[in-house]
Amino acid sequence: MDPAFLAVQALSGLSSASSLFITACGLTIVFGVTRIVNFAHGSLYMIGAYTAATLVPRLLELSFGPVTFWAGILASAVIVGLIGVIIEVLLLRRIYGAPELFQLLATFGVVLVVQDLVVQVFGPQDILGPRAPGLRAPVEILGRRFPSYELVLIAAGPIVLGLVWLLLRKTRFGVLVRAATQDRDMVASLGVNQALLFTGTLFLGAFLAGLGGALQIPRVSANTGMDLSIIAEAFVVTVVGGMGSVPGAFLAALIIGQLQAFGILIFPKSTLVVVFLLMAVVLAIRPHGFFGRAEIVGGTHAVGISSRAPLPGRQLILLVVIAVLAAFPLLADAYLLKVATEILIFALFAFSLQLLIGVGGVVSFGHAAFFGLGAYGAALAVKWYGVSMEAALPLGLALAALGACLVGAFVVRLSGIYLAMMTLAAAQILYAVAFQWVDVTGGDNGIVGVWPSSWASGPAPYYLLTAALTVVTVLLLKRIIDAPFGYALRAARDSESRAEAIGLKVRQHRWMAFMIAGAAAGLAGGLYAFSRGSVDPSLLGISTSVDALTMLLLGGIQTVMGPLVGAAALHALRDWIMPLTSLWRLLLGLSIIAMVLIFPRGLVGTVRDWWEARA
Amino acid sequence: MATISTIRWLAPAWLALGAALALGAPVAQAQQAPIKIGELNSYAQWAAFTVPYRNGWQMALEEINAKGGVLGRKIEIVSRDDGATTGSATRVADELVSREGVSLLFGSFLSNVGVAMADYANQKKIVYIAAEPLTDAVTMAQGNRYTFRVRPNNFMQVGMLVDQAKASGAKRWAIVAPNYEYGQSAAAVFKRLIQERVPGAQIVAEQYPALGKIEAGATASAIEQAKPDGIFNVLFGPDLTQFVREGNTRGLFEDTTVLSLLTGEPEWLLPLKDEVPEGWTVTGYPWDEIKEPKHKAFIDAYRAKYNDTPRLGSLLGYMVMTMIRDAIERAGSTETEAIIKALEDAKFDTVIGPITMRGIDNQSTMGAWVGKLVLKGATGGMTDWTYKEGASFMPTEAEVKAVRKD
Repeated sequence: MDPAFLAVQALSGLSSASSLFITACGLTIVFGVTRIVNFAHGSLYMIGAYTAATLVPRLLELSFGPVTFWAGILASAVIVGLIGVIIEVLLLRRIYGAPELFQLLATFGVVLVVQDLVVQVFGPQDILGPRAPGLRAPVEILGRRFPSYELVLIAAGPIVLGLVWLLLRKTRFGVLVRAATQDRDMVASLGVNQALLFTGTLFLGAFLAGLGGALQIPRVSANTGMDLSIIAEAFVVTVVGGMGSVPGAFLAALIIGQLQAFGILIFPKSTLVVVFLLMAVVLAIRPHGFFGRAEIVGGTHAVGISSRAPLPGRQLILLVVIAVLAAFPLLADAYLLKVATEILIFALFAFSLQLLIGVGGVVSFGHAAFFGLGAYGAALAVKWYGVSMEAALPLGLALAALGACLVGAFVVRLSGIYLAMMTLAAAQILYAVAFQWVDVTGGDNGIVGVWPSSWASGPAPYYLLTAALTVVTVLLLKRIIDAPFGYALRAARDSESRAEAIGLKVRQHRWMAFMIAGAAAGLAGGLYAFSRGSVDPSLLGISTSVDALTMLLLGGIQTVMGPLVGAAALHALRDWIMPLTSLWRLLLGLSIIAMVLIFPRGLVGTVRDWWEARA
Repeated sequence: MATISTIRWLAPAWLALGAALALGAPVAQAQQAPIKIGELNSYAQWAAFTVPYRNGWQMALEEINAKGGVLGRKIEIVSRDDGATTGSATRVADELVSREGVSLLFGSFLSNVGVAMADYANQKKIVYIAAEPLTDAVTMAQGNRYTFRVRPNNFMQVGMLVDQAKASGAKRWAIVAPNYEYGQSAAAVFKRLIQERVPGAQIVAEQYPALGKIEAGATASAIEQAKPDGIFNVLFGPDLTQFVREGNTRGLFEDTTVLSLLTGEPEWLLPLKDEVPEGWTVTGYPWDEIKEPKHKAFIDAYRAKYNDTPRLGSLLGYMVMTMIRDAIERAGSTETEAIIKALEDAKFDTVIGPITMRGIDNQSTMGAWVGKLVLKGATGGMTDWTYKEGASFMPTEAEVKAVRKD
């Protein structure tokens, strides 16, 4: 390979690194001060791009020139900064003390809301921004043309780093931000106006996200997929660099930029995997990234199921539930059976997650990994080995359990937010594999023709099969939760150090829980594949993980049976409302936020509290 | 994500009934119940194509129902968003079939979704008319008797372009295509045809960016590195826009023959604005230069109605809707077997002239416009174009028989 080509490729890598750093830097500052991992940071980036792509051309019509262009970019970033302030005042301010899971979900709710609002405000079409005046012509580098705008971007990264450094080192605001990053409570006790400090931080973070997005408009058209693709990369940068560390983010962005630029030459079809593999490797060696600090022990607060006396007459209730499930095909038509089948599958999926989060306190943000592995395991077995459904379902389950075993081995070493990020990374790696390993998984095409065996192919038989498997698995899991193993997990959730002190092997228990939960999710995934007849990478995507978490939260995370009710409620609602509105994501996002803010105990928890208060 | 709710078409004007009314609208009328047809497409994700497409079939539908519908019944389209993924599309299709009880399905945009829908149609034994999916698989390897397609497939369109490439003398070819069913299928056909029809041609570079996730700078420079004298492009939408901008900046297209699928269609050409890569040989839709009276009348009516210029999607939506009407009329019923019989080897008189639905692979003989890109004022258009009849570019019957499983 000739040196000119390598040089151009390295410069491309530097310019993506710069863009990535500017965005990720905002994320890491916000996390450092507020301890919230802001999923909506990617949405702010997207708003920045849309605002600039709409605003800058109008300004350029008024007066064409470089000054107008750059003023437009800055104005867009300021607008996004103000939107960040609104989000802080309305939402984040209320959840600083909430458990991480709730924070992650609430900010993801914002992501959903913004996705629909952006389409409403800017229209569904992608918007290509104008080129920067004066930077249209390329420059020659070793005889090759290179876009001059990219050179500006390369410079922008270090400039932002320098300005942020000055801000943090030389101003009172910066001193406070650094102090809050080190010890939030101490800053509060010293009488600093926290509300103002946090709002200011959010403005800075959102401004940087908006700037990152606005700077993209001459190279990328503003589109509705920008938020999730940048947030995934920004997470990697902040986690690899160490959460809260600005220089760490810079270093990580540089590495990732080069990895992407040269990765495209070595693995032209696996660019997405490389980035997340880097994160997995770094976290395996340094559990807190390059420059991150260990979180204060006890700083996280797990929520989960509480122990209480078993309900009287529960056997009777169980029998009634089973009888109703079994009799359902007599009453329902084909479509209702289809919906009921899906509800059962999601109930199993959410229930398996409850074992991890509610019982084990292991906040997994990538449970879709095992759902998807189960689905893909079954579908691949059908596609490549022509096995029947009876054999494919156990194979899917086995693949999911194996995946959980591998992922779990890494994950159980971590805690808190790093753990959540690692599970997310695992799911994203699998997503990328399914998406880009086209020869085996079919890539975006997915795998079609995954239909059940003929005895189970009608809606009623397949429903009964699903119901039987779901009931048996849920009862098994319930038994595990009530066994000493389940209590050991709860002990470790409530106090890791005490659990260890009485001789419990916390990591091994959690690892085991990971495998059990993974296997159960895999079974759900396999059943789902056969109910749809196809699999595609979206089964492994972030939104599938969030679905499971939403069901958990909706049903009530402190109750054992909450996820089952949550799955039924969410899926029935979705089936009912989705065909009627184009604003489904907006509604879902708002409901998630509402649940976190005013309804954190969920349906079952609220009903039970009300019942107990009356009694 | 459903874009529009259940829509009931009531002559002469239509009414979109809202949430509460949709289930049991009291439209008690003396006439017979309408014929329900299911439609699904990626209205949220691929609005550039699908919204004009929806305008097209809505326009045809209004005309049909104003004339009293078909078989004495009105036509009612139940339209949904297919979510642009295979799983979501088949789920939506299932809802249309089992809850809404539609007689046939049409629509979808992405080729992978089209393949999944073909599989679904085969499994559930219901007619599916693929509107936009272009991969050969829909009518070849994955084809089945329930699945029909109106647009010319990849084999046909690539064949038209390769014929144009002969004269250019380009031998060293680079391919850039989105890495999913449509791009893979087009790249495979191109590799085969360029080597069959252009002696000495070779492929020197292949780039397959993920759909919607192109790293345009790196992709352009990787192609540049191979020093091709011809480029075959299958990118469309946002990927295309970014690739063209990077390629223009780096001078990638200077002194290079470029063949590009679909780039002449207004839906993909308009976002390029004045950065249209002039001289590319493309398939597309030069609506502004069309003179045939019948086609011209359609274009004028469309412009008057929507106050917008037509896209290829508009034409396609209009054509598909009128073909469905004809098929149901000839079938005399809405039974699946009768509709299949009425579609196979049937001639249809469309706004672009007569086309035939070839029975052996259920592929219509609709052709495509092939020409060169040129800047017309502030946006791009096509020049030097001809309309190529689809019939002469279709795969031979022997080829079809060799790959189809039915």
